[in-house]
Amino acid sequence: MLDISSKNVRTWSKLGSRGTLGSALLDLASSKEDLVVLSADLGNTSGLGRFMNVHPNKFYNLGIAESNMVGVAAGMAKEGNCVFATTFSNFLAMRSYEQIRLNMGYMQFPIILVGVGSGFEMGMFGNTHYGIEDMALMRAVPNMTLLSPADGAEIIKTVNAAVEYARPVYIRLTGGMNLPIVYKENYEFEIGRAVTLREGDDMTIIATGTMVYESLCAAEYLAEHDIEAEVVDMHTIKPLDTSVIDRAVSKKLIITVEEHSVVGGLGGAVAEYKTTLHSAPPQLFIGVPDTFGKAGEYKWMLEHYGLTAKGIAEKIFDMYVV
Amino acid sequence: MQPQARLNDLNAMSKRMRLNIIKLAYQVGNNGAHIAPALSCNEIIAVLYGDVMNLNPKNPVSQERDRFLIGKGHGALALYAALCDTGFFSEELLFTYQKNGGDLPGQPSMNLSLGIEVSSGSLGNALSVGEGIALSAKKNGDKYKTYVLLGDGECNEGTIWETAMSASHFRLDNLIAIVDLNGMQSDGQSAKILNMGNFREKWSSFGWNVIEADGHDIESLYNAFHAIKQERKPTVILAHTIKGHGVSFMENNNSWHHNHLSSEQYELALSELEAK
Repeated sequence: MLDISSKNVRTWSKLGSRGTLGSALLDLASSKEDLVVLSADLGNTSGLGRFMNVHPNKFYNLGIAESNMVGVAAGMAKEGNCVFATTFSNFLAMRSYEQIRLNMGYMQFPIILVGVGSGFEMGMFGNTHYGIEDMALMRAVPNMTLLSPADGAEIIKTVNAAVEYARPVYIRLTGGMNLPIVYKENYEFEIGRAVTLREGDDMTIIATGTMVYESLCAAEYLAEHDIEAEVVDMHTIKPLDTSVIDRAVSKKLIITVEEHSVVGGLGGAVAEYKTTLHSAPPQLFIGVPDTFGKAGEYKWMLEHYGLTAKGIAEKIFDMYVV
Repeated sequence: MQPQARLNDLNAMSKRMRLNIIKLAYQVGNNGAHIAPALSCNEIIAVLYGDVMNLNPKNPVSQERDRFLIGKGHGALALYAALCDTGFFSEELLFTYQKNGGDLPGQPSMNLSLGIEVSSGSLGNALSVGEGIALSAKKNGDKYKTYVLLGDGECNEGTIWETAMSASHFRLDNLIAIVDLNGMQSDGQSAKILNMGNFREKWSSFGWNVIEADGHDIESLYNAFHAIKQERKPTVILAHTIKGHGVSFMENNNSWHHNHLSSEQYELALSELEAK
């Protein structure tokens, strides 16, 4: 596996989430003889350009036919190949949803799906290309594991962990080029075990994907106002690390932050568990409102919906009562 | 000409299967079963399991086995009857068909130890999976073949044609689809529900080798399967069939797509099939 070195971390940040995916798969190909990567005519756009050139015999382009791609991935996984199937998250999660349910949920073929450009990364392309429901959909499929890495280093960790896991996995990639850096050095990554990045007694911010970095910055801002927030990188949405919530029951607030609809994603997963507890603090859902809005550049979209450190901190100030 | 004895064996096998289909359908009572769709594909499955496919019931997961995927999951009764007849499981297990929590539900549920390759019933999925299996065989140099049984109604599904394009693009001459062309689907006559025109031209224009057969004539099916050549393109066998074949009151009568038998109907169906 690629080293989590300061040089690599800077490179992955520059490459962005898709370029880092390409690097991870390229590296994996050298050690994983049975690796195959499938795309639905978005190989180059998914950061697989080099992979396609270097390993043409491990790459299959299924054309603009996502449903068939997932079926083909199932057949190849059934025969023991290590199969990645990639395309934009919206097309992958929605166009081929029933194929995912049947082949990965019901029959449990260990395909690794990678939904690239999720959240608002497709920017000016607009709502047809945004991936704001994929976590809700994937969460509803029995036997599915749902991963959402926070930065380049975690994308590398996630891809490798998913291969070792050998079960049906959906990896959700958010963030464009110049990815914020959360992890500067090596750390322990385990599917289903969240990473606490910052301690804090007043509240717990549970974030995923690109929102992990923003939440860390928001917590710094809160600290300047004597509010101490724990910040957790919930890289695995399913199975959820509920010990994070158990630890937060005596705090004043739980905040979930995600580049995803507030319906059914990380916030929903946390809330579902929280309702089973006898007492728990209220929850602030920070995410994309349940609506289709106007399109804009990626950065503008995040600012528009308050999915920035400043936006997150302001929402917390509004709700937090000492 | 093939040895007549072989064809006689296959005819006898398909008859045993037909009788079991009716017995199984009768024993589930008012829950009903997909009877006519199974009688439609019975001989196709009999020839595949009795002759064409390389199978080993003693080792149902052997890497060399040919793969059979039943896309039209509502043909399950014929598949179960064939698996029992060829020794994948006992008659006792066969008669657990549609028992609560059992291994043989109305639509097949993947169970490799019983010889059931995939869960099916949601139409349009199995051919994609078959393509993936065939692609894997090409990649890994495996010699087995992958057979996928489709309904003609199933071919309404757009994914069938995504796979049709893709399998010919990848030159998968180890992939064979069989279309059970009975001209009927759940709501009635296919031509009236969604007229798909000329199947031969459609599959051919998608780059497939097309062979036609009488889907109830063992010799015709036998010849069709043995006529498949490795021509760097996938093959489809268009098997002309009759929904509910062999039972006079079921033939082309769509109320038997899914239905239950009265005791009189049961006796009549059995006697007609015994006489064939």
